[in-house]
Amino acid sequence: MGLNGDEAAAYAVKQVNPDVVAAYPITPQTIIVERFSEYVADGLVDTEFVSVESEHSALSCCVGAAAAGARAFTATAANGLALMWEITYIASALRLPIVMAVANRALSAPINIHNDHSDAMGARDSGWIQIWCENSQEVYDACIEAWRIGEHPEVQLPVMINLDGFTLSHTLENVLTLPDETVQEFVGEREFMRVKGHMGEADFRLDPERPLTIGPLDLPDFYFEHKLQQVEALKKALRAIPAVDEEYSKLSGRRYELIHPYRLEDAEIALIGLGSTMGTVMHVVDELREEGVKAGALKLRIFRPFPEEALKEAIRGIPAIGVLDRAISFGAPGGPLYEEVKTALYEEDERPIVVNYIHGLGGRDSPPDLIKSIYKSLDHARIRGRAMEKVVYAGVRG
Amino acid sequence: MSELTLREASRKPDLLAPGHRLCAGCAEPMVVRMILKAVRGPTIATTATGCLEVATTIFPYTAWNLPWIHNAFENAAATASGIEAAWRAMRRKGRGPLSKYETLDVVAFAGDGGTYDIGLQALSGALERGHDFTYVLIDNEAYMNTGIQRSGGTPYAAETTTSPAGSVIPGKREWKKPIEDIVIAHRIPYAATLSPAYPLDVLRKARRAFEADGPAFLHAIVPCSRGWRFPPEKTIMVSRLAVQTCVFPLWECWLEKGRPVYRLSAPSEAVAKRPESKKPVEEYLSIQGRFRHLFQPKRRDDIIKSIQEWVDERWMQLLEKAGLG
Repeated sequence: MGLNGDEAAAYAVKQVNPDVVAAYPITPQTIIVERFSEYVADGLVDTEFVSVESEHSALSCCVGAAAAGARAFTATAANGLALMWEITYIASALRLPIVMAVANRALSAPINIHNDHSDAMGARDSGWIQIWCENSQEVYDACIEAWRIGEHPEVQLPVMINLDGFTLSHTLENVLTLPDETVQEFVGEREFMRVKGHMGEADFRLDPERPLTIGPLDLPDFYFEHKLQQVEALKKALRAIPAVDEEYSKLSGRRYELIHPYRLEDAEIALIGLGSTMGTVMHVVDELREEGVKAGALKLRIFRPFPEEALKEAIRGIPAIGVLDRAISFGAPGGPLYEEVKTALYEEDERPIVVNYIHGLGGRDSPPDLIKSIYKSLDHARIRGRAMEKVVYAGVRG
Repeated sequence: MSELTLREASRKPDLLAPGHRLCAGCAEPMVVRMILKAVRGPTIATTATGCLEVATTIFPYTAWNLPWIHNAFENAAATASGIEAAWRAMRRKGRGPLSKYETLDVVAFAGDGGTYDIGLQALSGALERGHDFTYVLIDNEAYMNTGIQRSGGTPYAAETTTSPAGSVIPGKREWKKPIEDIVIAHRIPYAATLSPAYPLDVLRKARRAFEADGPAFLHAIVPCSRGWRFPPEKTIMVSRLAVQTCVFPLWECWLEKGRPVYRLSAPSEAVAKRPESKKPVEEYLSIQGRFRHLFQPKRRDDIIKSIQEWVDERWMQLLEKAGLG
């Protein structure tokens, strides 16, 4: 059916029919909550829709609901996600598999409602699983898979689904959907961790029959260990995600994995990136291949946990790598994705040239011509054997 | 409405167990224990960041004999909204772990900082949406957990670490924020004030709060021996004096035909009936170190007088609201 990215998210969540959806409107996320509230108004879901007074309360409400054993969903963007920042850490530390769609948007100031990734990159260290979508189909599929990934017994973490603001959120595409029953059967019932509480073994939730104290004061004697449990859970997600994906592929015929390599086998230059730009990148790869340029691309579907091994494996032997960042990490050696890719490659025997291309901030278009010029610049670096500039701000007026 | 007797309450197990690390003389555990005696059955509690939270849940220990969650400082009302929404959804669907409970008492505890200041937005939002939960403001009139800094609930002229009594400025310069008026303006079904000096009153009001269909607000005065600078054994005396001087009168308020109806509770009603029994605020102020600068080295009659006038004015307004003016 024809759906834009926001509608694809809302439709998937409708089919999942979670217990609680708490949300606050912010462009370009608004369509998600608008559509969902229509489903509620028409009785198509029996979700409790909580129209909260802020994003901070949206996520806080989801924390309360998920701790009480409910499936909880919210959606936000940009400053909304920034306002949730405090609670993003709490949701993951309390091991609550909340699902949140983020229609990625630039952060103020200056105020800008268009796409870049500075919002989600600000939340990258908060312990959430991050799925990045290239198109509406991926948004739909991720909004179904996310529940199973987050609720996986070895994981139990919140999941953020990123879709580029306007580029995906407001663009109509054909999306293949599954029947409601198939989705219902796939997500099943929520699973809980078993924990040892002060009143014996219990499901990890707020249960009047088996009381637990969730979110206590953790002094230096335990805090560190609890943080390491989050580290472990994210590591385990690297195995859980492909396992859930495998199951999902049997239902849908669509398979995603952690990363999506494109024409990398004999590539001499390759771009790594996240989100909708990668569709353009792969289109440009095809064009360059026709011109005889050995170009390739690597789309990261999962940014957290960072699929380091899969990424290294996929690009091994490629002499020049360009990393596309749609966010700035002010004062840092480069963009957030660039730094991670470079760190991952440091231990490699043969280290490629790595150039950072920061592009598309605040919704600036990244057309095929721009991507082509990035490949060209990367190829120059390959031929010269070094990059003239470590960080290139691509598509900026001189 | 079912009345709860002291006898019944005394037979119920404490849901906030002994062994917590709140200070000697702290009124918070007294009030919380009394309120939790009044729950009707399955109950889930949430607590904002503050003394009550940190002193009762030092991992791996806990004093809570009921399911309890701490989320953050400013979002107790939003967390409670989520718990209530989860229960409501599961009831409607007829599945999910909370679906079997016909009633679920959801209670949120937050201090004055988490209510008057940083948590006011989340509280207002939850009240406006009409979630069926009980919000308990445990008001010790400053940020005691962080070291006695002033809050919107700190009374005029009180000394705190951020409103120190100096040679130019004598303590806090602003009057206590009228939180109850703000809350009641949301047209919630039930609101009341509590003092640990009157346990039966606490039990009755807590039960009414839990039974109310929609949000209920309980405002408890919880004297803090550290922050208010009085000996720990004087907590109940201070709590009682707050009521007897009408600094913190006891009343309850519910909606009738959409309008708030106020009724004074017995201890304050007694003062209303015998105005000569109303004690001067000086009695309340002079036993607390946070007001010491009003009495020495030089007596500040001007400030004491303006506090008395403020208290009298608020008291008159309350009498009018209760139809006794």
